[in-house]
Amino acid sequence: MSVRAGIVLFPGSNCEQDCARALGSLGAETRIVWHQEKELSDVDIVVLPGGFAHGDYLRTGALARFSPIMEAVCAHARSGGLVIGICNGFQILCEAGLLPGALRRNVNLKFLCKWTSAYVDNSTTPFTSRAGAGRSLRLPINHFEGNWYCEAAELEDLRASGRLVLRYAENPNGSLGDVAGVCNEDFNVLGLMPHPERACEALLGSEDGAVLLGSMLDHVGAGIRSVPV
Amino acid sequence: MTTAQAVYRELGLTDDEHDAIIERLGRVPSYTELAMFSVMWSEHCSYKSSRVELASLPTEGERVLVGPGEGAGIIEVEPGVAVAWKIESHNHPSFVEPGNGAATGVGGIVRDVLSMGARPIALLDSLRFGPLEDAGTRFLLEGVVSGISSYGNSIGVPTVGGECLFEDCYRQNPLVNVACLGVIEERVMRGRADNPGDALVLFGSATGRDGIGGASVLASAEFGDDAAAKRPSVQVGDPFTEKLLIEVALELVNRGLVTGLQDLGAGGLSCPVAEMASKSGTGMELDADIVHLREPGMEPFEIMISESQERMLATVTPERLDEVLEVCARWGLMASVPGRVTSTGRITVVAGGQEIAGVPAPALADEAPVYHRPSVRPPWAGPLQFSPSGETAPESLEEALLALLASPGIASKEWVWEQYDHMIGLGTIEGPGGDAAVIRLPGRRCAVALSVDGPGRYCQLDPYEGARLAVAEAARNVACTGARPAAVTNCLNLGSPERSEVMWQLSEIVRGIKDACLYLETPVTGGNVSFYNETSGRSIYPTPVIGMLGILEEASMAVGPALGRDGDVILLLGKTDGNDFGGSEYAQVFAGALGGRPPRLDLASEKALHAVLVRGAASGRLASAHDPSAGGVAVALTEAALAGGRGFRLSHPGTGSWRWLFSESPGRAVVSCRRDEAPTVEGLARELGVEARHLGTVCGDQLDFGPFKLSLERAREGHRNGFTSRLSTAAALRE
Repeated sequence: MSVRAGIVLFPGSNCEQDCARALGSLGAETRIVWHQEKELSDVDIVVLPGGFAHGDYLRTGALARFSPIMEAVCAHARSGGLVIGICNGFQILCEAGLLPGALRRNVNLKFLCKWTSAYVDNSTTPFTSRAGAGRSLRLPINHFEGNWYCEAAELEDLRASGRLVLRYAENPNGSLGDVAGVCNEDFNVLGLMPHPERACEALLGSEDGAVLLGSMLDHVGAGIRSVPV
Repeated sequence: MTTAQAVYRELGLTDDEHDAIIERLGRVPSYTELAMFSVMWSEHCSYKSSRVELASLPTEGERVLVGPGEGAGIIEVEPGVAVAWKIESHNHPSFVEPGNGAATGVGGIVRDVLSMGARPIALLDSLRFGPLEDAGTRFLLEGVVSGISSYGNSIGVPTVGGECLFEDCYRQNPLVNVACLGVIEERVMRGRADNPGDALVLFGSATGRDGIGGASVLASAEFGDDAAAKRPSVQVGDPFTEKLLIEVALELVNRGLVTGLQDLGAGGLSCPVAEMASKSGTGMELDADIVHLREPGMEPFEIMISESQERMLATVTPERLDEVLEVCARWGLMASVPGRVTSTGRITVVAGGQEIAGVPAPALADEAPVYHRPSVRPPWAGPLQFSPSGETAPESLEEALLALLASPGIASKEWVWEQYDHMIGLGTIEGPGGDAAVIRLPGRRCAVALSVDGPGRYCQLDPYEGARLAVAEAARNVACTGARPAAVTNCLNLGSPERSEVMWQLSEIVRGIKDACLYLETPVTGGNVSFYNETSGRSIYPTPVIGMLGILEEASMAVGPALGRDGDVILLLGKTDGNDFGGSEYAQVFAGALGGRPPRLDLASEKALHAVLVRGAASGRLASAHDPSAGGVAVALTEAALAGGRGFRLSHPGTGSWRWLFSESPGRAVVSCRRDEAPTVEGLARELGVEARHLGTVCGDQLDFGPFKLSLERAREGHRNGFTSRLSTAAALRE
């Protein structure tokens, strides 16, 4: 049976179809989940895709955390299910308290859409098992608020516990510690600014996104529902 | 002046037009009717000054499913696969309020494409500003780019290409032309109201007081010193609502819930009401009190002409009405049902229980006066062609190349396009920065290549030749990717039609586009004329922006500009004329003068070149292709090297001649291929009558022209910093 991924569609999400295509091409079965739904028990993986959930005229993700589906997302995470938040999805997960830190405006105060290289600093998570440690992935970013921040003490904790999973080779947005992606304490929730779904095909410039998305499918496929810390 | 005169003149109507309205109605119009006529008969909506000329453009071809006159042209890419393609200007709003002006320009063209039942999948922008060093330019540029970025990125449509050029004549009148590509999902929709009894559903943003008179007061008049006072005529964009509108409209069309669909743009509600009814020979009955409003107390005339964004009008059979409203509600989009289609042939508007307007639909939609305005070649046109074209030998070839690479017209516009999401949709095979964007259609193997080109300097020197060159270059850009040039949308940016020289420029440009499009077999499927691009009597260069669409059967066979492999052979296809410097970037940079004749275009060689590029790409033999345009072969070679991160060694006798290096002869392309494939490529060129010359070999990290060389790094620095360093200078000057 193939792995089932639920991709949450907020009214202003715009990367949901791209996520569905990328995951589909890797063998997953996908379902678009409207943000007013309340049930996620039929999926193995929850994806919060990129976009502008409710227009993001307020702080990004500030409204989305109150969408009805978010309770189910939190419950899925609590029970050890995998949750990945990409770009706007990362912002929402931070707002919802599932991930540490916050995302501020890029240091140059401009929207940035470009290719970046990011190192996998922890390859033992369900999101990175296909990458060898220290592997560099070519992934595009596309955001205005990707400048991740947390308190200094917390940063040390996160680093020591291996939760700063992805790190930019060349920091594009001012993100603290060059952080591109961060995990929760149980390593079943990942938020990242780069878009792996845009990098699953050589014709589009890179297949490295499949390393991250494919790792998740491997993890679920292997039947591991919670990750030993 | 009488009171009545004051009223209609303020709305932008002339005395003659007012008389014509009285004649159509058989009575004096009400204020609401006057307001509706003023927007529908505006230059912007009615094309009253350009219609006569535009009629001569070739609009038919076997791939054209829908030609001009609808929201967008529809082109068949392969059997069962069709795309919508259209360009429009938003120049005046962008000058008055750059952020919202540009943003709503994007919103407007997206809705045009959407109204055809197509999902918007790519945007391109053609931008013109005054000199980059100007503080004012920086204000406009930053505003326009952030407007496009915030709007396009939010709605999830990638901005995949375009151009951004700088010239003194655009200082007080920037150009913001936006093109959109959409793909038909289920069916082609039309802006019609065929069935009396159908309900009118207005869905999207609430109607407010923004954009009152946008089409008439703002778009159809030139600027004086009072540009800022026109700010209330600029609309305000809300991309989140546009995103919802896209999803709602496509769901309605794809599920077959609507019988007709049109967007609300210039002219507000009056426009779809009049046009849909007129096209179908029906009428419409409307109650202004039912329209959902943003603020209380709006006058009925304001409701009828408000240009509030993100709205569409659909006709719906009564039995599907509930389903339509359910779709809107599910997406959280407001909708109201302010009226219905009738068989009266009239547009009737009721407010407060009183009929406040009752007008035959065709009078509004089709019977605007058609003007045969005087057209005279201006006395300066001849002498300009005989004035010096800026051909002076440079002191150093190397320094000349570096200066060109860093010039605003050629320097990398990364700063601009990095602010645009150019990847969403997983279709961007070639993005910004190359010759043309290549977009794979969703779920298909085929792709389209898109390019926008508008050589203002060439057109100022000779509008006929300039327009032919614009079409040729746009087609060449598309052909460089391997795509067959197939259809054109165009945006003609000009000064005031009330001046005879502007009308002459229009007719010369239309004649040029016609000749080139006929020869290259690229019919015109739609477009837009933007007049009154002048401030305080100073007009822009006539600037026809040609949006070319090309077709690639196999997206993976697309060819890019980047030199690929060490050891590959570099060839120059086409002939170089060392005298093509009129209007060139070289003349601009080194002489700062505009004079002479534009480069001489031979359409037969141009077409043959495209055939070589298309066949070369289809056979998989070309590793790269890039056309020499601004800055000539020297710049084209450097750009190809920078794109691939690889140097070259040339061994062609021309490389010591500044004329050969920098001349802008059309009909050429720099291509590279594997050494063992070179004879085949040359053979193909020979067979099609195109000259092919060995230039040299891809290798190392030096740009070795023979007589001079520079490092890839130095070239990259100049090319990358040319733009941003001038921007910082402008910022420093302002502070």
